[in-house]
Amino acid sequence: MRVMTMFWLLVVLAVSSAYAANLQTYTFDDPSKEALFRELINEIRCPKCQNQTIADSDAPLAKDLRDRTYLMVQEGATKQEVIDYMVARYGDFAYYRPPVQMSTLVLWLGPLVVILGGAGVILWRVRSRSNTDVGLSAEEQAQLAKLSAANAVESTDAANQQAGRNKGNQS
Amino acid sequence: MAQPSKLKWVILAFPLLLFIWLTIFLLRGLFSDPTELSSALVGKPVPAFELPDVYNPEQMHTEAVLKGRPMLLNVWATWCPTCQAEHAYLNKLADEGVYIVGLNYKDDSRAKAVNWLNTLGDPYQVNLFDERGMVAIDFGVYGAPETFLINMNGEVVYRHVGDVNDRVWQQVLGPKYEAEMATYLKQPMETEPASAGGQS
Repeated sequence: MRVMTMFWLLVVLAVSSAYAANLQTYTFDDPSKEALFRELINEIRCPKCQNQTIADSDAPLAKDLRDRTYLMVQEGATKQEVIDYMVARYGDFAYYRPPVQMSTLVLWLGPLVVILGGAGVILWRVRSRSNTDVGLSAEEQAQLAKLSAANAVESTDAANQQAGRNKGNQS
Repeated sequence: MAQPSKLKWVILAFPLLLFIWLTIFLLRGLFSDPTELSSALVGKPVPAFELPDVYNPEQMHTEAVLKGRPMLLNVWATWCPTCQAEHAYLNKLADEGVYIVGLNYKDDSRAKAVNWLNTLGDPYQVNLFDERGMVAIDFGVYGAPETFLINMNGEVVYRHVGDVNDRVWQQVLGPKYEAEMATYLKQPMETEPASAGGQS
């Protein structure tokens, strides 16, 4: 148990120190620029190691892109300008927030369609169930009355018998 | 149950259709390579740049060397094993008259690059040396090798990620290159073809 804890501690330490090493070399005079830089490198995807941001990735390309982001931010570029720069070169893929357009519509509307579809199915099932719950025909009514009358007689007979037996047991 | 049977069939068929669509969708995903990104530059002119020659640091080339005729722009480096694998094929293509420009991408040293070209052969008409990979970023390069097909107007037509081999050339790059060559050769020959040198 202790070994495992140590192991995970080491893993966390290694990962976080690598992350810190990725950022160490960038110094800013303006804290707002630093904040923008950090925000950007955590939202721009590394094209080389595709499921990491350029902040996470150790790939040389990620470093180049961090350098470029740093330069642009230092020169006073806005967030959108840096994102446009990356998207112009690496495609929409480079930004972790896909834009709303024809090819990405399914991403944005898919969940809504599924929820609406599910709600529709539930509604439809509930409705169709209450629709089938129609009254009995006259013939069926008569049959029901006959059956329940017979049942009543039977059950009183049975109750009487039961009562009689109970009495007998008690005495 | 007063439901019309047609509606019932539609409702019953819906999950089946959904399943078939999902199967096709996932099956396609199985055979596609997510690391092959289509270039954001397709249909756009090549970015402006100024880079030194691999052999001669004094000689500078601009984006003008990528205009004037259809050509391939091959991104390579000596640290890239796949580049070595494709190099023989590039030599073969060059022998067949395919116009290829080389972009050396963040190589360890200029000497290594020159040595590579001297020992393995030089299939490139122009050799660009991008020491810090900054021009490669403008091209959207994210690895090596990558090969861009550029038309006579200096616009990117297609980008291939990975090595150029016989299969890739026969099925993808070759036909596209031939098509660009056909348009190029059809036009009246008043525009001057790109010179191999470029300006200094």
